Amino acid sequence: MKLTLHIWRQKGPQEPGRFVKYELDKVNEHMSFLEMLDVLNQELIARGEEPVAFDHDCREGICGACSMVINGIAHGPQRATTTCQLHMRHFKDGDVIYIEPWRAKAFPIVKDLIVDRSAFDRIIAAGGFISVRTGSAPEANSIPVPKDVAELAMDAAECIGCGACVAACPNGAAMLFVAAKVSHLNLLPQGQPERFIRVKAMVEAMEREQFGSCSNHRECEAACPKGISVSFIARMNRDYRKALWKTVEHQGGKAEGISQFRG
Amino acid sequence: MKVLSFYSTTVGKKLVMAITGLILAVFVLGHMAGNLQIYQGPEKLNHYAELLRVSMPLLWTVRIVLLLSVLLHIVAAVQVTLQNWRSRPKKYAVSAYQEADIASRTMIWGGLVVAAFVVYHLLHLTLGTAHGSFKPGDVYHNVVAGFQVPLVSLFYIVANVLLALHLYHGMWSWFQTLGFSHPKYNRARRVFATVYAVVIAVGNISIPVSVLAGWVK
Amino acid sequence: MKLDPRIPAGPLEQKWTRYKNTCKLVSPANKRKYSVIVVGTGLAGASAAASLAELGYNVKAFCYQDSPRRAHSIAAQGGINAAKNYQNDGDSVYRLFYETIKGGDFRSREANVYRLAEVSANIIDQCVAQGVPFAREYSGYLANRSFGGALVSRTFYARGQTGQQLLLGAYSAMMRQVGLGQVKLYPRTEMLDLVVVNGQARGIIVRDLVTGEISAHAADVVILATGGYANVFYLSTNAKGCNATAIWRAYKRGAGFANPCFMQIHPTCIPQSGEYQSKLVLMSESLRNDGRVWVPKKKGDTRKPTEIPEDERDYYLERMYPSYGNLAPRDIASRAAKRMCDEGYGVGPGGRGVYLDFADSIRRLGKHVIEERYGNLFEMYERITGENAYETPMRIYPAPHYTMGGLWVDYELMSTIPGLFVAGEANFSDHGANRLGASALMQGLADGYFILPYTVGNYLANTKLEKVDTSQQAFRDAQKEVEDRVKKLLSVNGKRSVDEFHRALGKIMWDLVGMARTEAGLKEAIVRIRALREEFWQDVRVPGDASDLNQELEKAGRVADFFELSELIAQDALERRESCGGHFREEFQTPDGEAQRDDANFAHVAVWEFTGDGKPPVRHSEPLVFEVVELAQRSYK
Ligand SMILES: Cc1cc2nc3c(=O)[nH]c(=O)nc-3n(C[C@H](O)[C@H](O)[C@H](O)COP(=O)(O)OP(=O)(O)OC[C@H]3O[C@@H](n4cnc5c(N)ncnc54)[C@H](O)[C@@H]3O)c2cc1C
Ligand code: HEM
Ligand code: SF4
Ligand code: FES
Repeated sequence: MKLTLHIWRQKGPQEPGRFVKYELDKVNEHMSFLEMLDVLNQELIARGEEPVAFDHDCREGICGACSMVINGIAHGPQRATTTCQLHMRHFKDGDVIYIEPWRAKAFPIVKDLIVDRSAFDRIIAAGGFISVRTGSAPEANSIPVPKDVAELAMDAAECIGCGACVAACPNGAAMLFVAAKVSHLNLLPQGQPERFIRVKAMVEAMEREQFGSCSNHRECEAACPKGISVSFIARMNRDYRKALWKTVEHQGGKAEGISQFRG
Repeated sequence: MKVLSFYSTTVGKKLVMAITGLILAVFVLGHMAGNLQIYQGPEKLNHYAELLRVSMPLLWTVRIVLLLSVLLHIVAAVQVTLQNWRSRPKKYAVSAYQEADIASRTMIWGGLVVAAFVVYHLLHLTLGTAHGSFKPGDVYHNVVAGFQVPLVSLFYIVANVLLALHLYHGMWSWFQTLGFSHPKYNRARRVFATVYAVVIAVGNISIPVSVLAGWVK
Repeated sequence: MKLDPRIPAGPLEQKWTRYKNTCKLVSPANKRKYSVIVVGTGLAGASAAASLAELGYNVKAFCYQDSPRRAHSIAAQGGINAAKNYQNDGDSVYRLFYETIKGGDFRSREANVYRLAEVSANIIDQCVAQGVPFAREYSGYLANRSFGGALVSRTFYARGQTGQQLLLGAYSAMMRQVGLGQVKLYPRTEMLDLVVVNGQARGIIVRDLVTGEISAHAADVVILATGGYANVFYLSTNAKGCNATAIWRAYKRGAGFANPCFMQIHPTCIPQSGEYQSKLVLMSESLRNDGRVWVPKKKGDTRKPTEIPEDERDYYLERMYPSYGNLAPRDIASRAAKRMCDEGYGVGPGGRGVYLDFADSIRRLGKHVIEERYGNLFEMYERITGENAYETPMRIYPAPHYTMGGLWVDYELMSTIPGLFVAGEANFSDHGANRLGASALMQGLADGYFILPYTVGNYLANTKLEKVDTSQQAFRDAQKEVEDRVKKLLSVNGKRSVDEFHRALGKIMWDLVGMARTEAGLKEAIVRIRALREEFWQDVRVPGDASDLNQELEKAGRVADFFELSELIAQDALERRESCGGHFREEFQTPDGEAQRDDANFAHVAVWEFTGDGKPPVRHSEPLVFEVVELAQRSYK
């Protein structure tokens, strides 16, 4: 099939960006979306132009690297699917496709379709963990976890940290990502001692990173390749509300050192 | 101090909005129920209006709570909305919302119109300064005479439609914000908010319509 | 090259305890003075960085992805083994040890494997405490599943995302240390060389993948945990960025490379659908429990599979291995599929695939049972191929998956360069010539959480380290070399893209150095790899420049190293005149086509020493001494 692509090209964080139009022939319906871009890039290289830069690694929907907004939808039209697992059979001959990077204040553009998502890492560094020293863990079966609790925690833990939720949110909010991690750990018995410290530290870290707030649009859930439910956002709100009545000492660091954004 | 640090995050601000929004929504429902007594004639309505004024301390407590709620709700709404705009400075070339509806996307605009309306509404029917033939104490007359001006009725109707839209999203949304979510009740939340919004809209709008139609004179 | 495995004395079961009791410790006050570089943030790297930082060392952690959480450990599906014996089915440390040695076709070191089995139970404890949401029974206790090559149920899992959950556990432990300032993180930073000062590993040269800046980092110890090199085949189950650069550069600085030819080809992957294919996706091996593998009896049959009648189908695994049938081990199933396709019976695009048919099971058990067991896999299959496997058989084909070979390490996981430790898939590891399912995750975490924290301390306490800083000559020279190599790649300015070369290399490797190897084929491979490498340096086109985010340049550097490594792989395969595990030499097979080991001549680790560009590397060997297990023939008929 033949496609018309409008791709966001931007040399660097400070440069202005713009859409560039490319006509692409010989697109096979069995190709993945990224393979379609590979084909385009091979053509660009042959023509002596610079290929389109985009993040990707595992190409099987689990690493969370791939990240592009396809015709206004983060990760494209197929629900619960990362860009790398989206296949061209969901498009048809003659389609016009706009491809853009994640857009959010907290995710500055690095180049073309690549953004800097290190804000997520800093949020995790602020409290997305259970503080257990290597070697100090008790025997695993001494902490029984009810099956339904373990399953629900796993539902939240499936988050791949791709940032589609932020990209899809009209407010550029990171609530789904943060709520998924808070819920995963706060649901489990192992996570109880740090439950309120964690939620407070992570919400405050999210604030520092200049993410927006939650208007409950539910665009995040619709874009999330892992189908993480907004009910986890409610759960986080609840824990944050409860934290008001608890004494919580902040121990997590701010992790300002980590950034790949050196614009 | 703690409350301030709590309020410093958007999650905290939204909690404040949900609680104040809820207070306002309950008031709006009660207010509407009272207003519907217009259909029972002038005595009933005027008597009800008098009843509200029996206890001044109570009246003022309610007024202060409402005023504080409105203020907090608006301040937080403006802060949160501005931050949201900053957090997402650029739009996509193709706009393709999957779940967000007009209600959720127009909260600030609907809210601001409602705020403007509330001010006008107070001047019109409470203080009477914006009323052509205001008679202190005769609520029935004030309402009927007021709504006989088509433009006034129109503003009232538009504001209530926007309020209904605001509530259509808001009365669903506050459950999330306050952390009440359970797979068993999540569908019921949607129904609840829809019914709430429709009841308020139909109830309130019926009054100017009835006046204009001449059913209530 | 001196190859002293430095295995502690004493009976097998006591070696590790004795080591821990007698190794030297660094005092808490002194730990603060030491710095450790960890390259790689997969299971091995992240767990090592977290544990060492907790102890008080100053750690710098590097990865090429934008976030450490994206290391390819994230993709592991099946599970992680541990000798917990929660099922009361007779598991024990010894049994896990024995099955790992046997699964590896008796080509691994007893002492290391025993220690691995010993610490396996602690790994589960640690991960549970971190909040890894392992599958549970209704009682709330941990659940297990069984896995290939084992007689007991000892695999712990978190749905089909075990690697992800374990990695997120290790990542969160490391991020906690990042928050506390104990670990300094360098994402999107690629290691391009190792710096050796006075014979000790003292630093690395890296390229900032965003700005292109090349810089040096000095430390007292360097740990490489950079994963495997299956991407030498171009198409593999590895992530696109997986590379051999870090270990290859270390090899060229003097670290011995062990058993490079030991690679695992996984039998159940989704086949290639066209020339544009960029990677192969693994489907869990468990599918073979209920699926039947077949090809049409007629060559080049283009009918729909559902239209081919029963008696025109060849259920070749059931035919060739009547007792194991569709459950024949990975290497055997893979080779059989390749043979059928080579002979022209393959199905699907390019004739590179065989059917995995669930029709019988669906008839026997009902669709809902199959859906319950494999629902998510069928979904993934449909997402990728657009075919509904409940209605038409799946198509599968083998794909390169894991590399048992890697940098040689001693019992302390230290390479032949003092101060250079290697962990996870990057070392030549504990899996001998073939890795059992669910054992790589175990090994990565054992290395990082439970072994390196002791052995690194022991090294530091026993070693006199001079002060170094990056302005020293060794650093400046190494940095200059890296800068020159980058310039050279950009200046060729030829006509063919990096991917074209990588694909061509992959094809040579797959055809001649893949599942079935012959002397003639390997010799031919070496000639062709060399020729292609020449062409690469004459005709590659790398657009863009060095001082920018340049993904083509990143790829070019990695492929350049694959060109050198692939030759060593072929050479190692050529020299190992026996068949064992994943290494199958057609000349060395039993009359019925089984791998024929040669314990008299090859019960050793082959370790290659770099002697200079253009000069032949030297092959050394570390004899494998089996004090406890008895060498036996694997048979699956
Ligand atoms: C699809 C798939 C499924 C699997 N399933 C299982 C399973 O079920 N059970 C099991 O036990 N094993 C499984 N394995 C194997 C197992 O996942 C890996 O062997 C293991 O996770 C490797 O971990 P690692 O820490 O050694 O390396 P990786 O996780 O690969 O990490 C490598 C790290 O090194 C970094 N790096 C690499 N090169 C450089 C460089 N030059 N400069 C800077 N950084 C660099 C990367 O950024 C990354 O952080 C599977 C493997 C695959 C591919
Ligand atoms: C009678 C008056 C009002 C009622 C009953 C009301 C009710 C509510 C409710 C229940 C919510 C949901 C809170 C949540 O999401 O948890 C809400 C949200 C909101 N309200 Fe109001 N409100 C009123 C007036 C206003 C006014 C005057 C404004 C003007 C600024 C306003 C602006 C908003 C905004 C912007 C939101 C959405 C915030 C977000 O989700 O990001 N509202 N309102
Ligand atoms: S919540 Fe979903 S969309 Fe957001 S980062 Fe996680 S996986 Fe991606
Ligand atoms: S490339 Fe890993 S999720 Fe898409």
